[in-house]
Amino acid sequence: MGDTQRPAKKTAKSRPKPASTNEPQFVQLLSPEGTRVKHPDYHLDLTDDEYRGLYRDLVITRELDAQGTALQRQGQLGLWPSLLGQEAAQVGSGRALKPQDTVFPAYRELGVQWCRGIDLISAFALFRGTDLGGRDTVGDRFNMYAIVIASQTLHAAGYAMGVAMDGAVGGEDGEAVIVYHGDGATSEGDFNEALIWAGVFNSPLVFFCQNNQYAISETNARQFRLPPYRRAEGFGVPGIFVDGNDVLATFAVTRDALDRARRGEGPSLIEAYTYRMQPHTTSDDATRYRDEAELDFWRAKDPIVRYRKWLAAEGLADEAYFAAVDTEAGEQVRALRARVMALTDPEVSEMFDNVYAEMPQSIAAQRAEAVEFQASLDDAAEGSDLR
Amino acid sequence: MTTMSMIKALNEGLRRVLEEQPKSLVMGEDVGRLGGVFRVTDGLQKDFGADRIIDTPLAESGIIGTAIGLAMRGYRPICEIQFDGFVYPAFDQLVSQLAKIPNRSAGRIRLPVVVRIPYGGGIGAIEHHSESPEAYFAHTAGLKVVTCSNPADAYWMIQQAAAGDDPVIFFEPKRRYHAKGEVDTDEAGIELYRARTVREGRTATLIAYGPTVDVAVNAAEAAAEEGLDLEVVDLRSLSPIDWEPLFASVRKTGRAVVVHEAPGNVGIGAEVAARLTEECFYSLEAPVLRVTGYDVPYPASRLEDDYLPNLDRVLDAVDRSLEH
Repeated sequence: MGDTQRPAKKTAKSRPKPASTNEPQFVQLLSPEGTRVKHPDYHLDLTDDEYRGLYRDLVITRELDAQGTALQRQGQLGLWPSLLGQEAAQVGSGRALKPQDTVFPAYRELGVQWCRGIDLISAFALFRGTDLGGRDTVGDRFNMYAIVIASQTLHAAGYAMGVAMDGAVGGEDGEAVIVYHGDGATSEGDFNEALIWAGVFNSPLVFFCQNNQYAISETNARQFRLPPYRRAEGFGVPGIFVDGNDVLATFAVTRDALDRARRGEGPSLIEAYTYRMQPHTTSDDATRYRDEAELDFWRAKDPIVRYRKWLAAEGLADEAYFAAVDTEAGEQVRALRARVMALTDPEVSEMFDNVYAEMPQSIAAQRAEAVEFQASLDDAAEGSDLR
Repeated sequence: MTTMSMIKALNEGLRRVLEEQPKSLVMGEDVGRLGGVFRVTDGLQKDFGADRIIDTPLAESGIIGTAIGLAMRGYRPICEIQFDGFVYPAFDQLVSQLAKIPNRSAGRIRLPVVVRIPYGGGIGAIEHHSESPEAYFAHTAGLKVVTCSNPADAYWMIQQAAAGDDPVIFFEPKRRYHAKGEVDTDEAGIELYRARTVREGRTATLIAYGPTVDVAVNAAEAAAEEGLDLEVVDLRSLSPIDWEPLFASVRKTGRAVVVHEAPGNVGIGAEVAARLTEECFYSLEAPVLRVTGYDVPYPASRLEDDYLPNLDRVLDAVDRSLEH
């Protein structure tokens, strides 16, 4: 694996130069050492509060995610897909969204959900098994998690078509749509069909690929010969390659791509080069396919460490601020944990209630039968010493 | 009453949907400029515009997946899958997405998507153009599955399917596409998910749907010449199945033969036979019999007359039932 720390060379926007060696030539605004890197195309004009806010998002996202892993280990969740290491990709892109934009996540986008200000309990209920992830997705402008890889890319492409058909694109107030997926998803037919759709209908859609190097155990080498950001050109769609561990860079490129989409200038694909520090999920054993040296290599590129260094060096935040964020993160974790533990099992009847808008008589009959049978078991248990 | 072919009836039905429901869309391969390979959507793009009658890329998963996204945005897509055997690339989007998203969302998202699929054999076609894949979809909770057998049903059922908020897989028997029939364009007369007794009788019940309704009616007419009085029921809806008319019929006749083109193994006929046995056991004079396609891939077209249920096979099954 090559050194990814070199600043990006000056290249035309949306057309990064192909790497002549293994070294990725990506958009980077902050080096792993915490040094600000100038880029000819991407400039940032955030307020001091906004810069500090990104740090708060990164830290709280990491802590809430760690709580997901802890809750799974304690038997409170069936499964948890950790985003550790991918905080900058999610927070940078998540904060680049405008309120009118719509998100189609995969299943690891807790950080984006946090940035959208959406109650995170839905993610925990999903992995606890108390529901299937349903929320007010329309009001939230944040869809349900998608478990079948790349299936959501087509939903996003269709939704984005609808946005354009509604006349909601054009100008700075236009709507844009962003769909999150991983490197593995780029091998799925749906992903490639979605790119074709978005391209030929010129839809206001940003594909945000978190290339975290692994599709469970398989590396990029088993998914593509040409990186996704370069494949985009084959679809007639601009491809942008960005340091996914650099929150400033992911923010800048995503804002730019979303703005082009909202103005009616069509879709883009962003490949955020990052790393999944945890196994695929809590059910996975990553020691079977990667070693400590590789993890060390990526630890040195930690998205939070570099950002904290830069904030401190710039005088944008001090130790007191960092400590306050830690305290707040702890409070968020405790509050969420209590709510997760309080999630109760659904009623038997609930599995029948939402299958159809108009429930067929046959389902209604099965519902009545299941409810009655459950009640009869409860009655029997009540009258039994075995209870 | 107007006389028209099933193709014309579907076209007129779609036209009414598009006129009355501004959020409705027609999308699929060749549905716009060409008017569909069977001309079911002929002239619609000219009258309703290319934004509503959308020629899509040639990708079935993409058609269904983007229809889902459009429905999430408030549109009401009516998709065309060009032929029965081309639906499988869309299987995940149909079975794991279209069928399950409303339930996954705890009822907050409804997906009013209709998927039209020309199906069935008897047209001398090459492979993948003559299949009957309805059982896959009837097996999937969250989808509703219907099929028309005549122009009047085609005209009304497509409108009723498009009016509801549930996803509907709409099977069109392509060998009946050009058969003409009377259509009352003022009144539907029957709800979408209801079976219809096509012919009253007392000797035995023939249960059919889509292309085999005509086969069953012809068999009943031939049997009448031999003094047998067969009842014919058109299921119309395969999921949910409208059971009461079937139970009532079998309680009257005591004998049932299910007729469909799809292979018999784990097909609609198996479910019908099981339910009739559960509900009408003491009325049955004979086991419920099935006349279906064989449990083999659809054969080369020169053999399809031997594969498809026909009048002789249906009458043979009736005889076997009566021998019990």
